[in-house]
Amino acid sequence: MARNGVASKLWRPETIDGLNLSPSGDHDEVHVLAVDDSLVDRKVIEQLLKISSCKVTTVDSGIRALQFLGLDEEKGSSVDGLDSLKVDLVITDYCMPGMTGYELLKKIKESSTLREIPVVIMSSENIMARIARCLEEGAEEFLVKPVKLSDVKRIREYMATREVGARKHEKGNSFNKRKLCDSCESCDLPLSSPSTSSSPTPSASSSPLCPSSPSPTLSMLSSSVPCSTSSLDSPTRRLKMSNSE
Amino acid sequence: MLGLDPDRLWVDMNRLLALLFHQGVLDEQFLQLQQLQDESSPNFVSEVVNIYFYESEKLLRNLRALLMDKEFSDYKKMGIHLNQFMGSSSSVGAKRVRNVCVAFRAASEQNNRAGCLRALELLEHEYCYLKNKMHELFHIQQQRVLAAGVRYPIAQNN
Repeated sequence: MARNGVASKLWRPETIDGLNLSPSGDHDEVHVLAVDDSLVDRKVIEQLLKISSCKVTTVDSGIRALQFLGLDEEKGSSVDGLDSLKVDLVITDYCMPGMTGYELLKKIKESSTLREIPVVIMSSENIMARIARCLEEGAEEFLVKPVKLSDVKRIREYMATREVGARKHEKGNSFNKRKLCDSCESCDLPLSSPSTSSSPTPSASSSPLCPSSPSPTLSMLSSSVPCSTSSLDSPTRRLKMSNSE
Repeated sequence: MLGLDPDRLWVDMNRLLALLFHQGVLDEQFLQLQQLQDESSPNFVSEVVNIYFYESEKLLRNLRALLMDKEFSDYKKMGIHLNQFMGSSSSVGAKRVRNVCVAFRAASEQNNRAGCLRALELLEHEYCYLKNKMHELFHIQQQRVLAAGVRYPIAQNN
């Protein structure tokens, strides 16, 4: 049920073995990988994302998610030619048989090629310890199910500001961190440097955070150190940010 | 002509929805699903609900099979089925079904077989009621589509 009739550069079948593939030839659109063992939930999250102008691929397990991301343990890291399947965001259920969403999160964050991809966790249980653990492991956000359009819209806006940041940086423009932070005042999520393509060079771009009052020392730090979000973010700040909603 | 009065159907549909909300059978998540339906996915709600029915009936069969087994002791497995049922019910806005699952799960966690059996009976009843009402709703919506067609018929080459 692909919403857009966009033909991708590489021909890909509609479904492979339990995977539902949507053509994703358009690189400007955010491509989300949704992981959930429940068919009902997959259908709902897929539609939520499509309505919010995202390209969606749904899979039914953490293992399939890793395969799709090119982290097949047998084959090793990044598979060639998967550029058009570049994933901008992973949204996963927590409770799944086999690999849980938390384990998937860990695997993504432990991978040098994938760790910059933001991961959102969904769960029907509103358990503080679980939320804290996920955020500590590097999850961008924790959504309590049932997921609503407002949740997805918020994530979509966060992704849009990330893209703007990446494009500005790529063009070599003077990167006004303060401006970028101002534009995402409404979202409680810290920004991290996006590097979702399979480029081997670690992104030396800055990691502008989104605190309510950006300090000069912060911008000094981020411009000199290629960092992942976890080294600068305090997990409790993320927790506080999420709770402040 | 065929008793398909669009205005009356509109009233019928809203009255049924209002009743289901009032009874707590449905909650705002169902409205959320309706908001996700558009021209490119005109049957989204009925598709999701039909998937939900299919999955639910599998789960109900599994639950009954577990409890009917004289040597039943796998409360953990029952808990897994219930979590799935709870999750999907919450995703489609089936509030009462979900609430019965919660009570069912509590009985299961206490290894209370009699309590589980009672909960299962109630769950089957609630599910049946929901399914019937949903079919009624979809029927009215189909009638509305037909009524719209009758109102604006395509010119024939007679």
